[in-house]
Amino acid sequence: MSENLRHPLKRVRGLGSAKEGVAHWWTQRVTAAALIVLAIWFVSMLLTLLHADFATAHAMLVKPWNAVLMIAFTTTMFWHAVLGLQVVIEDYVHTRWLEVVTLVLIRFLAVLFALACALAVLRVALGG
Amino acid sequence: MAEFSLPKNSKIQTGKHYPAKNAKKPRTFKIYRWTPDDGQNPRQDTFEVDLASCGPMVLDALLKIKNEIDSSLTLRRSCREGICGSCAMNIDGTNTLACTKAISDCKDTVTIYPLPHMPVVKDLVPDLTHFYAQFASVKPWLRTQSPVPADKERLQSPEDRKKIDGLYECILCACCSTSCPSYWWNGERYLGPAVLLQAYRWIADSRDEDTGARLDDLEDPFRLYRCHTIMNCARTCPKGLNPAKAIAEIKKLMIERRA
Repeated sequence: MSENLRHPLKRVRGLGSAKEGVAHWWTQRVTAAALIVLAIWFVSMLLTLLHADFATAHAMLVKPWNAVLMIAFTTTMFWHAVLGLQVVIEDYVHTRWLEVVTLVLIRFLAVLFALACALAVLRVALGG
Repeated sequence: MAEFSLPKNSKIQTGKHYPAKNAKKPRTFKIYRWTPDDGQNPRQDTFEVDLASCGPMVLDALLKIKNEIDSSLTLRRSCREGICGSCAMNIDGTNTLACTKAISDCKDTVTIYPLPHMPVVKDLVPDLTHFYAQFASVKPWLRTQSPVPADKERLQSPEDRKKIDGLYECILCACCSTSCPSYWWNGERYLGPAVLLQAYRWIADSRDEDTGARLDDLEDPFRLYRCHTIMNCARTCPKGLNPAKAIAEIKKLMIERRA
Protein backbone atom coordinates (compact mmCIF):
# COMPACT_ATOMS: atom_id res chain seq x y z
CA MET A 1 0.00 0.00 0.00
CA SER A 2 2.71 2.51 1.00
CA GLU A 3 4.45 1.56 -2.28
CA ASN A 4 1.31 2.59 -4.21
CA LEU A 5 1.24 6.00 -2.59
CA ARG A 6 4.74 6.83 -3.80
CA HIS A 7 5.30 8.46 -7.17
CA PRO A 8 7.09 6.16 -9.67
CA LEU A 9 9.81 8.82 -9.94
CA LYS A 10 10.64 8.30 -6.25
CA ARG A 11 11.41 4.64 -7.01
CA VAL A 12 13.52 5.48 -10.06
CA ARG A 13 15.58 8.21 -8.37
CA GLY A 14 16.14 5.88 -5.42
CA LEU A 15 19.31 6.62 -3.48
CA GLY A 16 20.71 8.72 -6.31
CA SER A 17 23.72 8.08 -8.50
CA ALA A 18 26.71 6.34 -6.88
CA LYS A 19 29.06 8.63 -8.88
CA GLU A 20 31.28 5.69 -9.71
CA GLY A 21 31.53 2.83 -12.14
CA VAL A 22 33.88 4.50 -14.62
CA ALA A 23 37.02 3.22 -12.88
CA HIS A 24 35.63 -0.32 -12.81
CA TRP A 25 34.62 -0.20 -16.47
CA TRP A 26 37.94 1.26 -17.62
CA THR A 27 40.10 -1.03 -15.47
CA GLN A 28 38.24 -4.05 -16.80
CA ARG A 29 39.14 -3.00 -20.36
CA VAL A 30 42.74 -2.07 -19.59
CA THR A 31 43.39 -5.38 -17.80
CA ALA A 32 41.75 -7.20 -20.73
CA ALA A 33 44.11 -5.48 -23.17
CA ALA A 34 47.10 -6.26 -20.94
CA LEU A 35 46.00 -9.89 -20.72
CA ILE A 36 46.02 -10.26 -24.51
CA VAL A 37 49.73 -9.38 -24.58
CA LEU A 38 50.60 -11.31 -21.40
CA ALA A 39 48.64 -14.39 -22.47
CA ILE A 40 50.47 -14.49 -25.81
CA TRP A 41 53.78 -14.33 -23.94
CA PHE A 42 52.62 -16.99 -21.45
CA VAL A 43 51.41 -19.45 -24.07
CA SER A 44 54.46 -19.00 -26.27
CA MET A 45 56.69 -19.62 -23.24
CA LEU A 46 54.73 -22.76 -22.40
CA LEU A 47 55.14 -23.99 -25.97
CA THR A 48 58.93 -23.70 -25.73
CA LEU A 49 58.76 -25.82 -22.58
CA LEU A 50 56.92 -28.71 -24.24
CA HIS A 51 58.74 -31.96 -23.38
CA ALA A 52 61.31 -29.98 -21.34
CA ASP A 53 62.51 -31.38 -18.03
CA PHE A 54 62.16 -29.70 -14.62
CA ALA A 55 65.61 -28.09 -14.71
CA THR A 56 64.91 -26.37 -18.07
CA ALA A 57 61.53 -25.06 -16.86
CA HIS A 58 63.10 -23.89 -13.62
CA ALA A 59 65.91 -22.10 -15.47
CA MET A 60 63.37 -20.37 -17.68
CA LEU A 61 61.37 -18.95 -14.75
CA VAL A 62 64.50 -17.84 -12.89
CA LYS A 63 65.26 -15.31 -15.63
CA PRO A 64 64.26 -11.90 -14.20
CA TRP A 65 62.05 -10.80 -17.10
CA ASN A 66 60.20 -14.09 -17.16
CA ALA A 67 59.62 -13.89 -13.39
CA VAL A 68 58.34 -10.31 -13.65
CA LEU A 69 56.05 -11.11 -16.58
CA MET A 70 54.77 -14.21 -14.82
CA ILE A 71 53.80 -12.21 -11.71
CA ALA A 72 52.27 -9.54 -13.96
CA PHE A 73 50.28 -12.22 -15.80
CA THR A 74 48.87 -13.93 -12.69
CA THR A 75 48.11 -10.65 -10.90
CA THR A 76 46.37 -9.12 -13.92
CA MET A 77 44.44 -12.33 -14.45
CA PHE A 78 43.01 -12.36 -10.91
CA TRP A 79 42.37 -8.62 -11.07
CA HIS A 80 40.44 -8.97 -14.32
CA ALA A 81 38.61 -12.07 -13.05
CA VAL A 82 37.41 -10.34 -9.91
CA LEU A 83 36.09 -7.36 -11.90
CA GLY A 84 34.24 -9.69 -14.26
CA LEU A 85 32.83 -11.89 -11.50
CA GLN A 86 31.64 -8.76 -9.69
CA VAL A 87 29.51 -7.85 -12.70
CA VAL A 88 28.08 -11.36 -12.97
CA ILE A 89 27.18 -11.38 -9.26
CA GLU A 90 25.62 -7.90 -9.39
CA ASP A 91 23.63 -8.97 -12.46
CA TYR A 92 22.21 -12.24 -11.18
CA VAL A 93 22.40 -12.47 -7.37
CA HIS A 94 19.49 -10.45 -6.05
CA THR A 95 19.47 -11.70 -2.47
CA ARG A 96 21.19 -8.76 -0.82
CA TRP A 97 23.16 -10.56 1.93
CA LEU A 98 24.31 -13.28 -0.47
CA GLU A 99 25.38 -10.64 -2.99
CA VAL A 100 27.48 -8.71 -0.45
CA VAL A 101 29.05 -11.88 1.04
CA THR A 102 29.95 -13.24 -2.41
CA LEU A 103 31.40 -9.92 -3.54
CA VAL A 104 33.64 -9.68 -0.48
CA LEU A 105 34.58 -13.37 -0.68
CA ILE A 106 35.74 -13.27 -4.32
CA ARG A 107 37.89 -10.22 -3.53
CA PHE A 108 39.57 -11.98 -0.59
CA LEU A 109 40.12 -15.14 -2.62
CA ALA A 110 41.49 -13.23 -5.62
CA VAL A 111 44.00 -11.33 -3.46
CA LEU A 112 44.97 -14.56 -1.69
CA PHE A 113 45.49 -16.47 -4.95
CA ALA A 114 47.39 -13.58 -6.54
CA LEU A 115 49.71 -13.38 -3.51
CA ALA A 116 50.22 -17.15 -3.55
CA CYS A 117 51.14 -17.05 -7.24
CA ALA A 118 53.53 -14.15 -6.69
CA LEU A 119 55.17 -15.91 -3.77
CA ALA A 120 55.59 -19.12 -5.77
CA VAL A 121 57.27 -17.26 -8.63
CA LEU A 122 59.49 -15.27 -6.24
CA ARG A 123 60.64 -18.42 -4.45
CA VAL A 124 61.71 -19.92 -7.75
CA ALA A 125 63.24 -16.67 -9.02
CA LEU A 126 65.09 -15.84 -5.82
CA GLY A 127 66.05 -19.43 -5.17
CA GLY A 128 64.23 -19.64 -1.82
CA MET B 1 18.62 -14.86 -7.54
CA ALA B 2 17.38 -13.79 -10.93
CA GLU B 3 14.27 -15.70 -11.93
CA PHE B 4 14.70 -17.86 -15.00
CA SER B 5 11.31 -19.57 -15.04
CA LEU B 6 7.83 -18.13 -14.96
CA PRO B 7 5.95 -18.12 -11.66
CA LYS B 8 3.11 -20.67 -11.46
CA ASN B 9 0.36 -18.15 -12.12
CA SER B 10 2.16 -16.85 -15.22
CA LYS B 11 2.56 -20.19 -17.01
CA ILE B 12 0.87 -19.92 -20.40
CA GLN B 13 -1.91 -22.38 -21.22
CA THR B 14 -3.50 -23.34 -24.53
CA GLY B 15 -6.47 -21.11 -25.18
CA LYS B 16 -9.38 -20.99 -27.60
CA HIS B 17 -9.19 -21.75 -31.30
CA TYR B 18 -11.11 -19.64 -33.78
CA PRO B 19 -11.01 -21.38 -37.20
CA ALA B 20 -11.60 -19.33 -40.34
CA LYS B 21 -14.75 -20.08 -42.34
CA ASN B 22 -14.48 -20.11 -46.16
CA ALA B 23 -11.20 -18.17 -46.04
CA LYS B 24 -9.40 -17.58 -49.35
CA LYS B 25 -6.01 -16.80 -47.74
CA PRO B 26 -6.08 -18.11 -44.16
CA ARG B 27 -3.20 -17.21 -41.83
CA THR B 28 -2.79 -18.35 -38.23
CA PHE B 29 -2.10 -15.90 -35.38
CA LYS B 30 -1.27 -17.17 -31.91
CA ILE B 31 -1.85 -14.40 -29.40
CA TYR B 32 -1.09 -14.07 -25.69
CA ARG B 33 -4.20 -13.40 -23.64
CA TRP B 34 -4.49 -12.48 -19.99
CA THR B 35 -7.06 -10.54 -18.04
CA PRO B 36 -6.76 -9.47 -14.41
CA ASP B 37 -10.49 -10.06 -13.88
CA ASP B 38 -10.97 -13.85 -13.89
CA GLY B 39 -8.04 -15.15 -11.80
CA GLN B 40 -6.99 -17.47 -14.65
CA ASN B 41 -3.49 -18.12 -15.97
CA PRO B 42 -2.49 -16.47 -19.25
CA ARG B 43 -3.40 -18.44 -22.36
CA GLN B 44 -2.47 -18.46 -26.02
CA ASP B 45 -5.47 -18.14 -28.36
CA THR B 46 -5.29 -19.24 -31.98
CA PHE B 47 -7.03 -17.06 -34.56
CA GLU B 48 -7.29 -17.87 -38.25
CA VAL B 49 -7.61 -14.69 -40.29
CA ASP B 50 -8.53 -14.39 -43.96
CA LEU B 51 -5.78 -12.21 -45.42
CA ALA B 52 -7.88 -11.72 -48.58
CA SER B 53 -9.93 -9.18 -46.64
CA CYS B 54 -7.21 -7.83 -44.36
CA GLY B 55 -4.63 -5.04 -44.58
CA PRO B 56 -0.95 -5.93 -45.02
CA MET B 57 0.37 -5.20 -41.52
CA VAL B 58 0.18 -7.22 -38.30
CA LEU B 59 -1.79 -4.36 -36.73
CA ASP B 60 -4.41 -4.73 -39.50
CA ALA B 61 -4.80 -8.41 -38.58
CA LEU B 62 -5.07 -7.59 -34.85
CA LEU B 63 -7.77 -4.99 -35.52
CA LYS B 64 -9.60 -7.39 -37.83
CA ILE B 65 -9.56 -9.98 -35.04
CA LYS B 66 -10.84 -7.39 -32.57
CA ASN B 67 -13.55 -6.16 -34.96
CA GLU B 68 -14.73 -9.47 -36.34
CA ILE B 69 -13.71 -12.34 -34.05
CA ASP B 70 -13.10 -11.37 -30.42
CA SER B 71 -13.78 -7.79 -29.36
CA SER B 72 -12.19 -8.40 -25.95
CA LEU B 73 -8.66 -8.57 -27.49
CA THR B 74 -6.86 -5.65 -25.88
CA LEU B 75 -3.97 -3.70 -27.39
CA ARG B 76 -2.63 -0.16 -27.67
CA ARG B 77 -2.51 1.51 -31.06
CA SER B 78 -2.83 5.00 -32.37
CA CYS B 79 -1.00 6.41 -35.41
CA ARG B 80 -0.69 3.17 -37.46
CA GLU B 81 2.42 4.59 -39.17
CA GLY B 82 5.31 3.94 -36.78
CA ILE B 83 5.54 7.33 -35.13
CA CYS B 84 3.60 6.98 -31.86
CA GLY B 85 5.13 3.75 -30.56
CA SER B 86 1.88 2.56 -28.99
CA CYS B 87 1.61 -0.82 -30.73
CA ALA B 88 5.05 -2.09 -29.65
CA MET B 89 4.82 -5.82 -28.99
CA ASN B 90 6.72 -9.06 -29.47
CA ILE B 91 5.91 -10.45 -32.92
CA ASP B 92 7.58 -13.65 -34.16
CA GLY B 93 10.00 -13.46 -31.25
CA THR B 94 11.18 -9.92 -31.92
CA ASN B 95 10.00 -6.67 -30.36
CA THR B 96 8.63 -4.38 -33.03
CA LEU B 97 5.72 -2.16 -33.99
CA ALA B 98 2.65 -4.07 -35.18
CA CYS B 99 1.79 -1.22 -37.56
CA THR B 100 5.05 -1.34 -39.52
CA LYS B 101 5.58 -5.12 -39.43
CA ALA B 102 4.25 -6.73 -42.61
CA ILE B 103 2.41 -10.04 -42.19
CA SER B 104 4.26 -11.28 -45.29
CA ASP B 105 7.56 -10.88 -43.40
CA CYS B 106 6.35 -13.16 -40.57
CA LYS B 107 6.56 -16.92 -40.19
CA ASP B 108 3.56 -19.06 -41.28
CA THR B 109 2.14 -18.97 -37.77
CA VAL B 110 2.48 -15.47 -36.36
CA THR B 111 3.02 -15.49 -32.59
CA ILE B 112 2.27 -12.29 -30.70
CA TYR B 113 3.15 -11.53 -27.09
CA PRO B 114 3.28 -8.29 -25.10
CA LEU B 115 6.70 -6.66 -24.64
CA PRO B 116 8.84 -9.10 -22.61
CA HIS B 117 9.45 -8.90 -18.87
CA MET B 118 7.01 -6.07 -18.17
CA PRO B 119 4.00 -6.35 -15.87
CA VAL B 120 0.93 -7.00 -18.05
CA VAL B 121 -2.15 -4.82 -17.68
CA LYS B 122 -4.23 -6.92 -20.06
CA ASP B 123 -3.49 -9.05 -23.17
CA LEU B 124 -0.92 -7.12 -25.24
CA VAL B 125 -0.84 -4.05 -22.98
CA PRO B 126 2.26 -3.82 -20.75
CA ASP B 127 2.56 -1.51 -17.75
CA LEU B 128 5.21 1.05 -18.75
CA THR B 129 4.91 3.26 -15.64
CA HIS B 130 8.46 2.53 -14.47
CA PHE B 131 9.87 3.00 -17.98
CA TYR B 132 8.24 6.43 -18.30
CA ALA B 133 9.42 7.43 -14.80
CA GLN B 134 12.96 6.47 -15.83
CA PHE B 135 12.59 8.70 -18.90
CA ALA B 136 11.39 11.58 -16.69
CA SER B 137 14.35 11.02 -14.34
CA VAL B 138 16.90 12.08 -17.00
CA LYS B 139 15.08 15.43 -17.30
CA PRO B 140 14.69 15.18 -21.07
CA TRP B 141 14.52 18.84 -21.94
CA LEU B 142 16.95 21.66 -22.81
CA ARG B 143 18.72 22.71 -19.60
CA THR B 144 20.65 26.00 -19.79
CA GLN B 145 22.54 28.43 -17.56
CA SER B 146 22.86 31.33 -19.98
CA PRO B 147 19.93 33.75 -20.26
CA VAL B 148 17.45 33.29 -23.05
CA PRO B 149 18.49 35.39 -26.08
CA ALA B 150 16.21 38.42 -26.17
CA ASP B 151 15.35 38.50 -29.83
CA LYS B 152 16.07 35.07 -31.23
CA GLU B 153 15.99 31.33 -30.60
CA ARG B 154 18.99 29.43 -29.26
CA LEU B 155 20.74 28.71 -32.54
CA GLN B 156 22.52 25.57 -33.68
CA SER B 157 24.83 25.08 -36.66
CA PRO B 158 23.86 22.48 -39.28
CA GLU B 159 26.93 20.42 -38.20
CA ASP B 160 25.81 20.42 -34.57
CA ARG B 161 22.26 19.61 -35.62
CA LYS B 162 23.61 16.53 -37.44
CA LYS B 163 24.95 15.22 -34.11
CA ILE B 164 21.46 14.45 -32.86
CA ASP B 165 20.51 12.53 -36.00
CA GLY B 166 19.92 8.91 -35.05
CA LEU B 167 18.86 10.07 -31.58
CA TYR B 168 15.93 12.46 -31.98
CA GLU B 169 14.00 9.87 -34.02
CA CYS B 170 13.45 7.67 -30.95
CA ILE B 171 9.72 7.32 -30.29
CA LEU B 172 10.03 5.66 -26.85
CA CYS B 173 8.17 2.51 -27.91
CA ALA B 174 10.27 0.52 -25.37
CA CYS B 175 11.08 -2.24 -27.90
CA CYS B 176 14.82 -1.93 -27.16
CA SER B 177 14.67 -1.71 -23.36
CA THR B 178 12.34 -4.71 -23.11
CA SER B 179 14.60 -6.75 -25.43
CA CYS B 180 17.63 -6.17 -23.20
CA PRO B 181 18.49 -9.05 -20.81
CA SER B 182 20.29 -6.60 -18.55
CA TYR B 183 17.08 -4.55 -18.34
CA TRP B 184 15.10 -7.74 -17.60
CA TRP B 185 17.29 -8.67 -14.63
CA ASN B 186 18.04 -5.17 -13.33
CA GLY B 187 15.41 -2.87 -14.87
CA GLU B 188 14.64 -1.58 -11.41
CA ARG B 189 17.93 0.37 -11.38
CA TYR B 190 19.39 0.07 -14.90
CA LEU B 191 17.94 2.85 -17.07
CA GLY B 192 17.92 0.69 -20.20
CA PRO B 193 18.82 1.48 -23.82
CA ALA B 194 15.85 3.73 -24.68
CA VAL B 195 16.28 6.07 -21.72
CA LEU B 196 20.08 6.17 -22.10
CA LEU B 197 19.69 7.02 -25.80
CA GLN B 198 17.31 9.81 -24.80
CA ALA B 199 19.78 10.99 -22.15
CA TYR B 200 22.54 11.08 -24.77
CA ARG B 201 20.22 12.98 -27.14
CA TRP B 202 20.48 15.93 -24.68
CA ILE B 203 24.16 15.38 -23.87
CA ALA B 204 24.89 15.58 -27.62
CA ASP B 205 22.76 18.70 -28.13
CA SER B 206 25.03 21.75 -28.67
CA ARG B 207 22.44 24.05 -27.02
CA ASP B 208 22.27 22.12 -23.75
CA GLU B 209 24.51 23.50 -20.98
CA ASP B 210 24.04 20.88 -18.29
CA THR B 211 26.22 18.09 -19.71
CA GLY B 212 28.26 17.70 -16.51
CA ALA B 213 25.20 17.27 -14.32
CA ARG B 214 23.70 14.85 -16.84
CA LEU B 215 26.88 12.73 -16.74
CA ASP B 216 26.93 12.95 -12.92
CA ASP B 217 23.42 11.54 -12.78
CA LEU B 218 24.31 8.63 -15.07
CA GLU B 219 27.66 7.77 -13.44
CA ASP B 220 26.47 4.71 -11.57
CA PRO B 221 27.25 0.97 -11.72
CA PHE B 222 23.56 0.25 -12.32
CA ARG B 223 22.03 3.23 -14.12
CA LEU B 224 24.62 3.15 -16.95
CA TYR B 225 27.12 0.36 -16.51
CA ARG B 226 24.65 -2.54 -16.58
CA CYS B 227 24.92 -2.18 -20.36
CA HIS B 228 27.09 -5.13 -21.40
CA THR B 229 26.94 -4.37 -25.14
CA ILE B 230 24.60 -7.28 -25.81
CA MET B 231 23.25 -5.30 -28.81
CA ASN B 232 19.68 -6.65 -28.73
CA CYS B 233 18.59 -2.99 -28.61
CA ALA B 234 20.14 -2.12 -31.96
CA ARG B 235 18.90 -5.34 -33.55
CA THR B 236 15.29 -4.86 -32.48
CA CYS B 237 14.78 -1.08 -32.88
CA PRO B 238 11.87 -0.63 -35.32
CA LYS B 239 13.23 2.81 -36.24
CA GLY B 240 16.68 1.44 -37.12
CA LEU B 241 18.46 3.38 -34.36
CA ASN B 242 21.49 2.21 -32.39
CA PRO B 243 21.02 2.76 -28.63
CA ALA B 244 24.17 0.69 -27.89
CA LYS B 245 26.24 3.27 -29.77
CA ALA B 246 24.66 6.13 -27.80
CA ILE B 247 25.52 4.30 -24.56
CA ALA B 248 29.10 3.77 -25.78
CA GLU B 249 29.35 7.53 -26.46
CA ILE B 250 28.22 8.27 -22.88
CA LYS B 251 30.87 5.85 -21.56
CA LYS B 252 33.50 7.58 -23.71
CA LEU B 253 32.56 10.97 -22.26
CA MET B 254 32.80 9.54 -18.73
CA ILE B 255 36.43 8.62 -19.48
CA GLU B 256 37.13 11.88 -21.30
CA ARG B 257 36.20 14.07 -18.36
CA ARG B 258 38.51 12.18 -15.99
CA ALA B 259 41.83 12.58 -17.80
